[in-house]
Amino acid sequence: MKIVKIIAWIALIALVAIQFFPVDYNQSETIPQTDFMLVNNVPVTVEKSLQVSCYDCHSNNTQYPWYNKVQPVAWFLEGHIKKGKEELNFSEWDSYSSRRKNSKLRSIISQIEDDKMPLKSYTFIHSNAVFTNTKKQEIIKYFNQLKDSLN
Amino acid sequence: MSKLKLVFGVVAIAFVALTAVSCKDAKTDKNDSTEHHSEMNADGDHSKMNHDNSDGHHDGDKKEMAMNGNGTSQVVLNDYFNLKDALVADDNAKAKNLGGTLAKSLKAFDTSKYSDDKQSELKDIIEDATEHAEHISESDIAHQREHFKVLSKDMVDMVEITGTSMTIYQQYCPMYDNNKGGAWLSMNKEIRNPYFGDKMLKCGKVQREIN
Repeated sequence: MKIVKIIAWIALIALVAIQFFPVDYNQSETIPQTDFMLVNNVPVTVEKSLQVSCYDCHSNNTQYPWYNKVQPVAWFLEGHIKKGKEELNFSEWDSYSSRRKNSKLRSIISQIEDDKMPLKSYTFIHSNAVFTNTKKQEIIKYFNQLKDSLN
Repeated sequence: MSKLKLVFGVVAIAFVALTAVSCKDAKTDKNDSTEHHSEMNADGDHSKMNHDNSDGHHDGDKKEMAMNGNGTSQVVLNDYFNLKDALVADDNAKAKNLGGTLAKSLKAFDTSKYSDDKQSELKDIIEDATEHAEHISESDIAHQREHFKVLSKDMVDMVEITGTSMTIYQQYCPMYDNNKGGAWLSMNKEIRNPYFGDKMLKCGKVQREIN
């Protein structure tokens, strides 16, 4: 029992200690000139959907939930966002070549069509990020139009 | 009081367990990627054997080849053709491996002998193609074929810049991708369709002969 108590204390101390590790927050004050919304004529409804469902992990600006203040949750989210931005960063959209844009758009459409995005682990908490069927069709239609206009 | 402590302890253990789990996840990821690497190395060896037939420059040590960036467009093309053959054979697992091999040879592709203009376009092509090859190395066959379509476009554009000593055929199946069509490159004139495999093995036509 004594050992359990010691372990518990160590655990508690460790838990408190990791709260002091700094986290790189994915937030920026300005919207870069290369942002997807700035360079494309995005319909308002689509823009809102993208903001709510995609931009948290695929842009330079995350709307953090309150529990992001707690470790190890913050680390978990940090990793997610980093990976998301590597695959696709809407903030840097216009810096992609037209070849890259075409590939990204193809992937966006396919991921949304197959319900792979937004991630289940994301919509589990952000229930408003789920695409209803109508929304999904609207977004896919928009991205298809954009892709055709680039070719 | 001791009850309170007990509750504290349980909560703390739960959190630590959580932390431990997330750490473990990260570690598994790392292991995965190293395994992947060694797999790719093995494949690299394998494809090197193929390359040696067509191109005598690759008898050096495999590591050296990667480090010197001794890759050429010919190596990339050969890996692409191997991948295409796996898709023709409906072989998902093999296509995964060969996608990894192709990604590796794309990364090793040395563009420095080309002019600045061509270099920047080649780099763009390589970056795009690498991403598709990487996705092919981890997807089901339907997605592999989707990526293969765009990858094939990259390869056509690459050959346009680099040229090739081989005679290759640009072939086309009008039915793929909901009748939007899909092209690919092949060393053989006969049609062997990588988009449908056994389902429509001979669907398609030669669009263009290169060289």
